[in-house]
Amino acid sequence: MTEKPRREVVTSPRTQAARRPRYPVTREIDEQTRLGEVYIRSLVRTQFRLALFVCTVLGCLIGGLPLLFLLVPDLREVRLVGVPLPWVVLAGVIYPAYVAGAWLYVRQAERNERHFAEIVERQ
Amino acid sequence: MSTASGVTAVVLVMLAAVLIGAFGLRLSRTTSDFYVASRSVSPLWNASAIGGEYLSAASFLGIAGLILAYGADMLWLPVGWTGGYLVLLVLVSAPLRRSGAYTLPDFAEARLSSMTVRRTASVLVVLIGWFYLMPQFQSAGLVLRAVTGAPVWVGGVLVAVVVAVNVLSGGMRSITFVQAFQYWLKLTALALPVIFLLMAWRADGAPGISAQDAATWALPLASGRDFPIYSTYSLILATFLGTMGLPHVLVRFYTNPDGRAARRTTLVVLSLLGAFYLLPAVYGALGRLYTPELLVAGRTDEVVLTLPGRLVGGTLGELLSALVTAGAFAAFLSTSSGLTVSVAGVIGQDILRGGVRSFQVATVLAVIVPLVLASVARSLPVADVVGLAFAVAASSFCPLLVLGIWWWRLTSTGAMAGLLAGGGLACTAVLTTVVGGPYEGWIGALLAQPAAWTVPVAFIVMIVVSLATPDRVPVDVARTMVRLHTPERLNVNRGDWRPRRS
Repeated sequence: MTEKPRREVVTSPRTQAARRPRYPVTREIDEQTRLGEVYIRSLVRTQFRLALFVCTVLGCLIGGLPLLFLLVPDLREVRLVGVPLPWVVLAGVIYPAYVAGAWLYVRQAERNERHFAEIVERQ
Repeated sequence: MSTASGVTAVVLVMLAAVLIGAFGLRLSRTTSDFYVASRSVSPLWNASAIGGEYLSAASFLGIAGLILAYGADMLWLPVGWTGGYLVLLVLVSAPLRRSGAYTLPDFAEARLSSMTVRRTASVLVVLIGWFYLMPQFQSAGLVLRAVTGAPVWVGGVLVAVVVAVNVLSGGMRSITFVQAFQYWLKLTALALPVIFLLMAWRADGAPGISAQDAATWALPLASGRDFPIYSTYSLILATFLGTMGLPHVLVRFYTNPDGRAARRTTLVVLSLLGAFYLLPAVYGALGRLYTPELLVAGRTDEVVLTLPGRLVGGTLGELLSALVTAGAFAAFLSTSSGLTVSVAGVIGQDILRGGVRSFQVATVLAVIVPLVLASVARSLPVADVVGLAFAVAASSFCPLLVLGIWWWRLTSTGAMAGLLAGGGLACTAVLTTVVGGPYEGWIGALLAQPAAWTVPVAFIVMIVVSLATPDRVPVDVARTMVRLHTPERLNVNRGDWRPRRS
């Protein structure tokens, strides 16, 4: 016959051992702890990656156009409704494209900030 | 155009500027009023104000002139001047607003805690401002000559005096509403005539450009300028990276309530500039058809003023000419006022002793130097000279802002070295081009479009020297980064730095 396990009286949960005392993240940031710095660096990195992505796309498009016109001279002669392609792109299409790109960027950058704020405020 | 209507237009715009300036005295006494008033300004108003201040003589007259002269390659100018705001948006706008800096020297001091860097930045702000003011005064002279036949220096002096009086009386600049109005005036003054010009062109049987032009002028990289590929890339680099370093643009970002609004404002600026820059190409192309004699006479900057009278004619043509002339003078006044305030503020506060008296002396200095420069400089197309100011900004403040905002290891020594190397080289190139020259061959191309080599030099020097002096990283860099990047709604310690106000 097996021995019954001894009965124990639970008087309180083991809070002390299980959890370290936790600060809000804003306090980690204010006191410039390693953890606080990790949070800030991750925000800066996220935003920088986004900025770099936009700049790379912009650089490829804008930087690529003169090269394209140089390497494929026939492209310069293409006409859309009587207007040469370079004029259609540089004096027209490019401006709405800027605005669209900027709008997408603003949306994503605000989303990143909201995400960061949610993490920081979650206790 | 007849003298009477043109003169009336000029006088009206000048009078409006002076009157508004006089009322501005009462409306906005102190800088803090300006700050407080700004809190209720919506992104659309703010963006219109940025547009009003940004669209200068170079945009209003210069681009069309250069397109008339050189064709498709010059389309890159407005593309770059608008695209610069996209780069500014993604790399600079929100963090810059959050830094709380009011001027570029403020930012340098806030980020690097160094008075030496602050003073160097001040000198560069003044130089860029002067390079930018000079072509404004020059083209004011050109416009007045086209309207009245007065000697070239008269228009420059006229604009300089009105701007100086305005700035000294404290008005004009501080009122967001006025600058915002300027944008819509300039847009109307350029857009309305285009409708009539295109109708007249259709009525004329919609002629096309000559076969020779179609084979050269209308195509990119065939304009007949030397080294088209190098020049195009250098121009792209200068305009895209130079916009963020212009002193009068930066101040406007402070009038946003927070970083998020700064981003949204920049987005609206992009839309407004995009709408405006659709127009100069039309003037350039019509000018190629109808006013080729301007090219022969070397007065291509006048194409926008000449076309309405030539193509539409009659009373309507007269009225449209007057409208365009008014728009041109609005362009000189708004940009010059914004620049003069920025330059005078920096001279007064950082180079002289500060206070009201210094600001008055500084205002006179801010206006006189470019006026003298305009008289000794050889006559270059206005958009080209403005492009040189962009090159200096791109090779000095662009690296300072980008590395300062995103790179933790930037040191005061590194920033200093980069500013001196990039800014110094670019300034030398600009002065050599404007006062001396023209130079032939590669030397000429390198000096006329310096950005392609001075911008990389500035970045490399700033990074290498920073890495070599790790002990000069500011002690509070972590706190500064928190300040620059965390959204305002989070309650964190952002440090206690405030811009100094005299």
